Amino acid sequence: MNDLDTLYQEIILDHYRSPHHAGLREPYEAETHHVNPTCGDEVTLRVHLDGDTVADVSYDAEGCSISQAATSVMTDLVVGRQLTDALSLHDEFLELMQGRGTVEPDEDRLEDAVAFAGVAKFPTRIKCALLGWMAWKDAVARATAGQEDR
Amino acid sequence: MNVAAAGYDVDLVRADFPILSRRLADNHPLVYLDSANTSHKPQVVIDALSDHYRLHNSNVGRAVHQLGDAATVAYEQARAKVAGFVGAREPAEVVFAKNATEALNLVANVLSWAGGEDAVGPGDEVVITEMEHHSNIVPWQLLCERTGATLRWFGLTDEGRLDLSDVGAVITARTKVVSVAWVSNMLGTVNPVAEIARRAHEVGALVVLDASQAVPQLPVDVTATGADFVAFTGHKMIGPTGIGVLWGRRELLDRLPPFLGGGSMIETVRMERSTWAPPPAKYEAGTPPIAQAIGLGVAVDYLAELGMAAVAAHEQAITAYALEGLGTIGGVTVLGPTEAVDRGGAVSFVVDGVHPHDVSQVLDSFGVAVRAGHHCAKPAHARFGVQSSTRASAYLYTTKAEIDALVDGIHRVRKFFKVA
Repeated sequence: MNDLDTLYQEIILDHYRSPHHAGLREPYEAETHHVNPTCGDEVTLRVHLDGDTVADVSYDAEGCSISQAATSVMTDLVVGRQLTDALSLHDEFLELMQGRGTVEPDEDRLEDAVAFAGVAKFPTRIKCALLGWMAWKDAVARATAGQEDR
Repeated sequence: MNVAAAGYDVDLVRADFPILSRRLADNHPLVYLDSANTSHKPQVVIDALSDHYRLHNSNVGRAVHQLGDAATVAYEQARAKVAGFVGAREPAEVVFAKNATEALNLVANVLSWAGGEDAVGPGDEVVITEMEHHSNIVPWQLLCERTGATLRWFGLTDEGRLDLSDVGAVITARTKVVSVAWVSNMLGTVNPVAEIARRAHEVGALVVLDASQAVPQLPVDVTATGADFVAFTGHKMIGPTGIGVLWGRRELLDRLPPFLGGGSMIETVRMERSTWAPPPAKYEAGTPPIAQAIGLGVAVDYLAELGMAAVAAHEQAITAYALEGLGTIGGVTVLGPTEAVDRGGAVSFVVDGVHPHDVSQVLDSFGVAVRAGHHCAKPAHARFGVQSSTRASAYLYTTKAEIDALVDGIHRVRKFFKVA
């Protein structure tokens, strides 16, 4: 497989063409808006928590295939999952992205997100793959901070 | 190099630019179509930087030794060359800055501090356009925030030209400053700056031109534009990075307050207060970018020898060829004028169904270097209902074969993403 096919795995292109969990929905406890200032990619993302479970993640995103697909794959991974486990998935995906192609991804854990392993070899695209994850983590932090306040 | 005598021979020009012969991944030749972002450098400019550090390195304007003399003479010669290149009345009208952004910020800042007839305050208006680079938007927003003045702007036509139909309503007796791009870095549009300057001067406003994309590709006579200030940058005109230029009318440079305070810009300093050196030193605090200015002087010599009329003609021919080529691809829409009339060499476009990042990533895998994103012109993108675009920008070394590689590459992009 050449570098380009490594980057644009079929799974990524599938998610790009038909993103999962797309659109903004009620209810939600926190909404974030993240922008990649160098390219203008944007995502508005909402998190709905039900106790310790990520009950829903909804979003409105504009961006490249990598950022769109990564956000779609992320929602598949975190929706319905225990929050602490979902947060450790975030850490595992971040490690994969920052590993310069040396990290062997755990397919049982990361599922479709292993397709992004090739992105780690394209430094300018890593921020694309992380945009949705960063918006989600930020939204979770705000949602849980709100709970503590109450 | 003796291109001018032989007529414009792009292969001869290319031979002067070492980077153009390098190979990229998978042994693809470099097809560089990102010159509106930064241009490449001919060997003479690269040598000038190296020679300066090898033979003449010294600070300017202060050292009483042979190296200091040599560096000072070379620095001031560079200023004189730039002044001659753009038609300044005297070298003192050429202020060196680090880039065009700093040059524009210099003007916006000194106007926010100015008193008397130059003072900007509540009730005054600053006029820009919707096609500006962020560096000709944000400094004026800051000026307005600081002074209480109001920012206004010209909109754009669907073709990507300035909408001047309501010029009398936009430039009014309240207008203090009109700041406009001479050539758009995104749409490629060449604006009628002399006409805008005439209208602005009728109401007593100052006129600032962002000429970052103009000086590299057009014959420029700053006095003929009627402008009061003209900003441009060295690295887009085959010079080094780290050197920009602000040309200003001498009486304004004399009258307006200084920008940064420090060494070199003073006449005398006492503990209570200081007085300023005459321009250009008044606006050049601290050790300037010496090697970079000297490199820019050599770049200007190179451009002058090619002849800017010849450079502009080549640019126009290549741009027409690129517009024609892009027009043959289904699902590709050019943002900006689609004919090479009053149009610079930057061609931005969208490919239906493929994000610009993905377009440029796939093109890069064939060695074709373009820019993807908002090109620091988010309002202009918003005007055309898109978040970002892909931009191909040609320059004096660009060949038709490179445009063919672009067009072929976009066909392959569409096939790759299954939108063809």
